[in-house]
Amino acid sequence: MSPQFQLPFERPIFQLEDQLSQLESQSNPTPAILESIRTVRLELARMKREVFENLDAWDVVKVARHPERPQTLDYIELICDEFIELHGDRTFGDDRAIITGFAKLDDYKVMFIGQQKGRTLKERNECFYGCAHPEGYRKALLKMQMAAKYGLPIVCLIDTPGAYPGVGAEERGQAYTIAYNLREMARLPVPIISVVIGEGGSGGALGIGIGNTVSVLQFAYYSVISPEGCAGILWKHVKFADKAARALKFTGKDLLRFGIVDEVIPEPLGGAHRDHRAMATNLKATIVRQLRALLPLSGPELLEQRYQKFRKIGEFDEVVQAKISQETPTAEQTLVGHSK
Amino acid sequence: MSTGAPLDAITSNGQMRPKRGVPDGLWIQCESCKATVFRKQVEKNFHLCPECDHHFYVPTAERIAQLLDEDSFEEWFSELNPKDVLGFVDSRPYHERLKAEQKKTGMRDACTVGRGYMRGRPLVFATTDSAFIMGSMGSVVGEKLTRAVEKATELKLPLVIVSGSGGGARMHEGIVSLMQMGKVSAALARYHEAGGLFISVLTNPTMGGVAASFASLGDITIAEPKALIGFAGPRVVKATCKIELPDDFQTSEFLLKHGFVDRIVSRPQLKQELVRIIDYCSKSW
Ligand SMILES: [Zn+2]
Repeated sequence: MSPQFQLPFERPIFQLEDQLSQLESQSNPTPAILESIRTVRLELARMKREVFENLDAWDVVKVARHPERPQTLDYIELICDEFIELHGDRTFGDDRAIITGFAKLDDYKVMFIGQQKGRTLKERNECFYGCAHPEGYRKALLKMQMAAKYGLPIVCLIDTPGAYPGVGAEERGQAYTIAYNLREMARLPVPIISVVIGEGGSGGALGIGIGNTVSVLQFAYYSVISPEGCAGILWKHVKFADKAARALKFTGKDLLRFGIVDEVIPEPLGGAHRDHRAMATNLKATIVRQLRALLPLSGPELLEQRYQKFRKIGEFDEVVQAKISQETPTAEQTLVGHSK
Repeated sequence: MSTGAPLDAITSNGQMRPKRGVPDGLWIQCESCKATVFRKQVEKNFHLCPECDHHFYVPTAERIAQLLDEDSFEEWFSELNPKDVLGFVDSRPYHERLKAEQKKTGMRDACTVGRGYMRGRPLVFATTDSAFIMGSMGSVVGEKLTRAVEKATELKLPLVIVSGSGGGARMHEGIVSLMQMGKVSAALARYHEAGGLFISVLTNPTMGGVAASFASLGDITIAEPKALIGFAGPRVVKATCKIELPDDFQTSEFLLKHGFVDRIVSRPQLKQELVRIIDYCSKSW
C-alpha cells in the first residue's frame, strides 16, 4: 500500500507504481505482460534506491516530517508486546506530546518514553505537533526516575520539531525543566537508549536524549536549531531553509562523523513511511541488541559510560601562542555587548 | 582584558547617535530611560545608568574586577581556540567570523573560566560574554565550562557562573553545540552529587540552550534586574502564539514571579550577596 502524501522527489516512484498496478490489474496477463511486470518491479526498486540514496539534507527533513512516517504510538503498537501508559507530571498536567509507560520488548521490561506528533488534526492539536511543554519533560523524567528505582532500562524515541515556544511554556520554566532533565538523566543508573525516529529538534529533543546509546534512523535528523529558524536568523528569511539544512550537517553520516550517534538505523526502501512494519522490525532489533549490550553493565559503569560519551563531544584547538590583540572596541560592543 | 578604550554615543539599538559639538564618546544615551548620561559616570557606577539604574553590558574583564578580589583571578584553559567543525558558511565563513570576533573582543571565545577569591573566599569563576557571537555556546564554551566544573569538583570549591548568552547553543557549530548542553549538565550532575555549591548569575541576555542547560542548574539562581531570560526568543513566541506578550515577559522579574529565580540583585550589591550565600553553604562538602 503506497502512502497518500507525495514528496516532490518521489514522483517518479509513484509513476512507476501506477504503471505497475495497471499491469497487475489485468485479469489474464499474457507472458509479455508478466515480463513487463517483472521489469517494472526491478526498475521500481532501482528507482527507490537511487532517489533515496541521493537525498540532500533538506530532502531528509521532508522525509523526517512525512505525515505518514511512523510515530511513537505506531512503534508501541508494532514492537511492544504490552504497553501500560502512565500519565501526568504530578504538578501541572498530562502533556500528550510525550507518551510514557511500561512496555515489554520481547523478554525485556522497559520504561518507554516517546515524543508524539499526532496524525489527525485533533491529535496534532492535542500534542502541539510534537512540541512538548515543561510538563511533558517533567513527566518523562518522573517516569524515568521511577524506572531507575526498579532497575528498568529506559527507551526514548525522539521526534519533535522543538520544545514548545509559548507564553505558558515560558511561565512554567521550559528552560529550567529541560536543563533539569539533562542533569538528572545523567544520574540514572539504568541503561538509557535514545533513538531519533524523525525530527531531533534542538533542546526539545536533547531533553529526553541523554542516553548510553544515541541512534538515528536513516532519514531522521538531529539539529541545534530547525532549518527554518537558522535560515531566519542567519539568512534573514525562512525561504533559505534548504541552505541552512545543508550547512548544519545534521543527517546520519555527519552525526556519525562528529561522534553524536552510535548508529544509523537503516530504513526500508523508499523510507519508513512506505513500510511501518519493516521499519519497526529494524528499530526493535537495534534496541534489543543495544539493551543486551548494556544490561551486563553495573549502575556505576553505565553512568561512567554515559558521562564519557558526552564528555568527549566537542572540536577545538589548544594553541600556545600570544594573546589576541584587540581592536579598539566600538560603542556597540562596549555598551550593548551583542554582536549581530 | 582591559577596556580602557573610549566609548561612543549609542542608542538602545546600538546605532551611532550623531552629537554636535560634543567629543565622541563622552555621552551616551540610556536605552531604558533615554537620558543622555556621562559615560565615565556610567563606567564608574558598575555600568549602571545614574538616572534609572539600567544595567548596561559589562565586559568580562570588568565583571571579574567587580566580583573578585583584586588580582586574584587565575585564568584557566585560555589556550582553547574555536574550530570551524562544520565548514559553516552563511553570509561569511564561520572561521572568518571567529577571527573578526576575536579581534573585536580580544577573547578567543565567549567563555572565561578560572579560580579567584571573593573577599578571601576561594572559588571557581566563569562567565559567558555576550559580545562574542552573542555569548553562544559552541565547543570551546562547553569544554571550558565542563573543565571548570570538573576542577571545582576536584578542588571542592564553590562555583559561580555569570551568564550573558543571547545566542544559546551556537548554530555555526551545529549539533556539536547542542551536545555541549548535555556535557556541561552531566559535569554539573557530578558536582551536585559531590555536594558542590553552584550559584548561577543570569545577566542580560540568557536565552536558548544556555538557559536550558548550565545557567538554570544553580543551587541558587540570581538575576540582574530586567535581564532577558528564557528558552524561546520572544519573536518566536509571539509568532507562534499570535497574542500580545505580557509586558514583563521573559524578564528577571517574570522569572522571579513564576518561581525560577531566587533573588534579583542589583550589580553594586552582587559581590556582597554572593559572599553571604557562600558563607551559608560553606559546610556542604
Ligand atoms: Zn537610564
